[in-house]
Amino acid sequence: MQFEMSEERRLLADTLNRYLSENYGWETRAATAYDPPYHSPKKWADLAELGIFHALAPEAEGGFGGAGFDVTTVFEALGRALCPEPMLPALMAARLLLAADASIDGLLSGEMRYAVAVGEADAPYGIEGLATEARQEGGTWLLRGRKSVVYGAQAAERILVAAQAGAGLGVFEVKAVDVEVAGYGLIDGGGAGEVLLDDTPATLLIGDADAALQDALDFGALALCAEAVGVLDHMFETTLDYLKTRKQFGRSIGSFQALQHRMVDLKTEIEQARSITILAASRMGTDQQSRSVSMAKNLIGRTVKLTAEEAVQMHGGIAMTWEYPLSHYAKRAVMIDHQLGDTDYHLEQVMAAYRAA
Amino acid sequence: MDLNFTPEEATFRDEVRAFLKAELPGELSDKVLSGHTLSKEDMERWHAILNGRGWLASTWPTEFGGTGWSPVEKHIFEEECCLAGAPRIVPFGLHMLGPVLIRFGSKAQKAHYLPRILDGSDWWCQGYSEPGAGSDLASLRTSAVRDGDHYVINGQKTWTTLGQHANRIFCLVRTSKEGKPQEGISFLLVDLDTPGIEMRPIRLLEGGYEVNEVFFTDVRVPVENLVGEENLGWTIAKFLLTHERTNIAGVGFSVQAFEQLKALATQQRRNGKRLIDNPLFAARLSEVEIDLEAMKITNLRMLADAQKNGRPGPESSMLKIKGTTIRQALNDLARRALGPAAAPFPSEALEGNLAIAPAGHTRNAARYFNNRKLSIFGGSNEIQRNILSKTMLEL
Ligand SMILES: Cc1cc2nc3c(=O)[nH]c(=O)nc-3n(C[C@H](O)[C@H](O)[C@H](O)COP(=O)(O)OP(=O)(O)OC[C@H]3O[C@@H](n4cnc5c(N)ncnc54)[C@H](O)[C@@H]3O)c2cc1C
Repeated sequence: MQFEMSEERRLLADTLNRYLSENYGWETRAATAYDPPYHSPKKWADLAELGIFHALAPEAEGGFGGAGFDVTTVFEALGRALCPEPMLPALMAARLLLAADASIDGLLSGEMRYAVAVGEADAPYGIEGLATEARQEGGTWLLRGRKSVVYGAQAAERILVAAQAGAGLGVFEVKAVDVEVAGYGLIDGGGAGEVLLDDTPATLLIGDADAALQDALDFGALALCAEAVGVLDHMFETTLDYLKTRKQFGRSIGSFQALQHRMVDLKTEIEQARSITILAASRMGTDQQSRSVSMAKNLIGRTVKLTAEEAVQMHGGIAMTWEYPLSHYAKRAVMIDHQLGDTDYHLEQVMAAYRAA
Repeated sequence: MDLNFTPEEATFRDEVRAFLKAELPGELSDKVLSGHTLSKEDMERWHAILNGRGWLASTWPTEFGGTGWSPVEKHIFEEECCLAGAPRIVPFGLHMLGPVLIRFGSKAQKAHYLPRILDGSDWWCQGYSEPGAGSDLASLRTSAVRDGDHYVINGQKTWTTLGQHANRIFCLVRTSKEGKPQEGISFLLVDLDTPGIEMRPIRLLEGGYEVNEVFFTDVRVPVENLVGEENLGWTIAKFLLTHERTNIAGVGFSVQAFEQLKALATQQRRNGKRLIDNPLFAARLSEVEIDLEAMKITNLRMLADAQKNGRPGPESSMLKIKGTTIRQALNDLARRALGPAAAPFPSEALEGNLAIAPAGHTRNAARYFNNRKLSIFGGSNEIQRNILSKTMLEL
């Protein structure tokens, strides 16, 4: 058994953590996350230069990573810094482009920004029940439908769209200039958009794409779990510090047993969340990938809500303010449960195996 | 045992319903039900309508222009208002200062201030908390030093709700450093136009603006603005906190939020199925409904006790804890029910053509985050537990 990080990954984590703490500190984050374009093109280019995108793809494809633990290393660091850059769509796009045997050079260099448009208003999670349709006219594919809350859509040059194409789901590539994207900011920072497809010309990347889409969603959900672990650690440390310094009734509030026990419970739950994320990362590429990711995303969903609510509560009024960074961590934590499947959705995926048995 | 209202109470409820149907403006209830911020004018408009009917001061006796209602009548009124989506009565003048003046104020103070609360001439805010004095309110340090026929105030208050609309603030100030901290506190009325006062906005996590910091530098306040006796302000503060606890369970808010949530879950689709048909979501919804049904009865049981004993007992702290927990659970489910559509930052632009969340639900996540305050203010839920273990359980 070996729970130490490999030398390469430790280097990756150090590089990214150092870059983020030196260049993406709180002031920068606060000034970037809530105003268009909801991320920093300059910082995006820096991250590419540091080779962070290369960690998302395997060596054979020009990257130097691509395994579950590479993904968790990158996203945990992003979570810790509450970084609003649209790395998640980049990861998911990389999975789809690899499945399509298409070039990912533009993605790895950071020159081409991608968004991945799967969910719709009535089918927000998973690939079942998607209504967006693709049809062919004179040799061109045309897409029609509306993709809802597409992360990074407002900043993307290319959008990879899941659509019904006769026999099954296909993945299509759409140029952002060809489609109407109504962009907006998010309550926890960063940007998304509605992608309004109205006979939009598209290129077919993958036909019969169920497996490729599920894989992209799995990797996306794993990344969110790792991001959550970074967010959770930060919230816990901040709260612990506050409990030691804030005084009421002539003593530190951390001296009240009513709060001490809750902190111990939180720490336990956060360690559990870390463990399930490690488990899921270890199972990427195996036949247990999807179910393990669902287990992780379910437990993460429970833990982020508990921790965000408890951290705010134990701070008192201060954590209710925009000025205090923890409040933004709490918002991000809670909203992670609204991306790529919530607690209940993933519980259903875990339960599905019982039905099959 | 009879869980029904008496015939008189039922008649009263019908009267309240008819009034709300006729007089509550649709623009106001739309805003309330969808979680939009009410403007100062909105709140003043509703106050004026209630005042016109003589129903504004539900906690005051009739001789001062109040309704003189029993606890059960007050409850009926509040619940019906919540269900109809009426704006909440701004509590600082009506539910807090009014009862304080009636109990502790001088004749002149009553004659001057009470009518001005009713007709909207004065908007009061509450200056209790300080950066260093939250749960431990008695440690407050804002000082008032006697100088001839004035007090001179120096210090800082914070978390002042709706201070931006107010022209006056009632403050707890330190007038003595002798003895126990509780023994040197006084209750002062301050005109916010007095030189030396500066109010700064605090933005809350979801982006809204409802609280402020208030700074006092050599602010001169006439001694006749002292309420009760010097250094006996703590008695008033404690009295006021029990009044703050009227409608503490917020049952009406929860019933209304539950109905809205059920309608939303019927409307939302998850991969071809209605969300309300999803057993996991339905289980969460049912559990809150069960808690809420029990809460209604717990609340009525405590009301009946209050009716008998003349005032709410310490058990009302249980109502605060459970009532806020239920409201927060409902806000939590209303956010979850939207899935990804809960994520957009609330803005007018997202409410028209672009409608991402169903009409009336664009602020569900914002409301969830904002209502984390419910378990923090008015005596945090931890402080309520401390009160209960001491007074009710005598531990
Ligand atoms: C939105 C909002 C509006 C407000 N409006 C007003 C207003 O209009 N006027 C006004 O005067 N105040 C107002 N308040 C202030 C409110 O009353 C305080 O926030 C509250 O008293 C808690 O104080 P604090 O924030 O300083 O937290 P602290 O007192 O520092 O508490 C921090 C944490 O420690 C816990 N804790 C403290 N002591 C104990 C103990 N002995 N045992 C166990 N746990 C303990 C608390 O429960 C909390 O979880 C408002 C607050 C908010 C958030």
